[in-house]
Amino acid sequence: MKSIDDYAEVAGEEVIDHLRQLAVRLKGIRVVHVNSTRTGGGVAEILTQLVPLQQDLGLDARWEVIRGEENFFSCTKDFHNGLQGNPVPLSETVLEAYEQTNAHNAEELRGVLEEADIVFIHDPQPLALLKFCPGRKGRWIWRCHIDLSHPYRPVWRYLRKLVVDYDASIFSLADFAQPLPHIQYLMPPSIDPLSEKNKDLDEDKVLGVRRQFGLDPDRPVMLQVSRFDRFKDPIGVIRSYRLAKTFAPHLQLVLAGGGATDDPEGRAVLDEVRSEAAEDEDIHVLLLPSDAHLTVNALQRAADVVLQKSTREGFGLTVTETMWKGKPVIGGDTGGIRLQVVNHHTGFLVSTPEGAALRIRYMLNHPERVRTMGVKAKEFVRTNFLLTRNLRDYLSLMTIMLYGDQDRIELEINPNP
Amino acid sequence: MTASKDPEPFAIKDCTLMPVATGIIVQSLKEMRDSLATVHAGSIYHHFWGALMRHRFDEPEYNNDFARWVDEELRDETLAERLAVIDPTDFGDLESLRQHLIDVIEERLDEVQRSAWVPAHKAFHFVRSQIVVFDTRRRITIPEELVPVVPTISETSVFYHFIDARRRTPTGEDDFRVWITKFGDTYESLRNELALIDPYFGTLAEVRQKLADVFENYSGRRSS
Repeated sequence: MKSIDDYAEVAGEEVIDHLRQLAVRLKGIRVVHVNSTRTGGGVAEILTQLVPLQQDLGLDARWEVIRGEENFFSCTKDFHNGLQGNPVPLSETVLEAYEQTNAHNAEELRGVLEEADIVFIHDPQPLALLKFCPGRKGRWIWRCHIDLSHPYRPVWRYLRKLVVDYDASIFSLADFAQPLPHIQYLMPPSIDPLSEKNKDLDEDKVLGVRRQFGLDPDRPVMLQVSRFDRFKDPIGVIRSYRLAKTFAPHLQLVLAGGGATDDPEGRAVLDEVRSEAAEDEDIHVLLLPSDAHLTVNALQRAADVVLQKSTREGFGLTVTETMWKGKPVIGGDTGGIRLQVVNHHTGFLVSTPEGAALRIRYMLNHPERVRTMGVKAKEFVRTNFLLTRNLRDYLSLMTIMLYGDQDRIELEINPNP
Repeated sequence: MTASKDPEPFAIKDCTLMPVATGIIVQSLKEMRDSLATVHAGSIYHHFWGALMRHRFDEPEYNNDFARWVDEELRDETLAERLAVIDPTDFGDLESLRQHLIDVIEERLDEVQRSAWVPAHKAFHFVRSQIVVFDTRRRITIPEELVPVVPTISETSVFYHFIDARRRTPTGEDDFRVWITKFGDTYESLRNELALIDPYFGTLAEVRQKLADVFENYSGRRSS
């Protein structure tokens, strides 16, 4: 188990000191995070890292996961798609199943939730829990990790009715904020630099992953790591690979991803991707288990070109992970990717497979420039997207919410205790 | 100027800004003018000063977010230049800065007759921020001690003591000048030199360098 002090070497001593100063006022408070899956996807990864560090700082923090049947997750996947702009059907029956599942989970969790000082509800799946906890004592905050910039209105209209009763919301960037009657914080997510997915690896391990998946070590590899989800545009990645292959005939493509237990569409998208890849032996479609963190780490380090060609993206932690490994990213010009990929500095923003192909060609032909961009990318992550920054934001928000909603919080300590 | 008896040590602080969406989103100049009239004053502050706290790879063409949006999205270079030249330190308070912004935009609206607009994904989002202030535990007892310390403080400390201070201190000055005043006339020339540093048109690293130079030069003159 890592402790907060382990992060000093990467993030800096003063950052750890700031966290400790914030934690003084929060010692012993009961904090509950709720989401819908313990493995798979960015939210589960962040909570895996964040909750133990909140505990290490003295908070009574815990992480609860709601349970549901297939029809519940099918409904919440529709919510997810709808919030990201896709028209999806919403029937009374489906909404009833959604609310009933939340009601059942509230029965199990009510004691913990109603007694908590702060409750963070992550994404739409457990959003209705608040409605079933009338005796709540603490402040409830909705943390939306989804690109909410252009929601399908019927879905947002329904969910908004649940959101308005919260005390605050958190969005990853300003474009996602919505007219709401409460305060809306802007807080990008983060990666854990010490996790298996992001820690430094020996060269042997990096080379080993090429052997493991039958990749020719002497030929360039382009990579996209993400769940098999249409918004991640895996088919667009294959098209950009095919366009790039006309001038880089030795190019190999790896599409690697796992499934999340709350994503019922993954299998169908994976089948589409396999069908599109057809008989091309240079396309490697890898379905990885959710704990294949070292493999993902090695693949990101082994790749010559990394893409995240999403058409909608709440944030895109795979972009952050890649940049932390000193590599620029070709990213879809959308959502949270825009916050990370600073065009021509930390990567390239693209809107089409053609645009991606052009940048793939550029990167394969300019290795020195790629190295320079990679150095910038890593420093950009160090300043903005590490777990310690995210933890500081959560602690700051809790302090502000528990100590009077002021616009200025001054932490004072005795310099000579 | 009368010296205080044993001025309190100068406590070096650090800070972070917590951005907060106001929920106000505008897609045209007319909407921007209307929203400026009612938006939280902290949002006007944020869009003038907040960029200093953001990571920048390029020398910014415009120092405030209003000018940047008008140039990059509305493509109105004339107005962008008029907005860019506004120096927030010229205004005694945020309300007079707000009024000036509205006047400049209204003048432009009169000139162009039709207000340009942008699609939703290029809209301007009014943001404000809350500030969390940390104690670095470093204490300074006399101004001379700042000579080796100032080059080592973080850029966010520079923001707190040299920029945030101006809306926090009764005289609207930076923390260094307010503290030095407590020593009476002894450091009058140092105070005057600090007052000449322009906090707006530069990065925090540049402001820190200018501060370091002023303290270093002052110390050199005193010892020679």
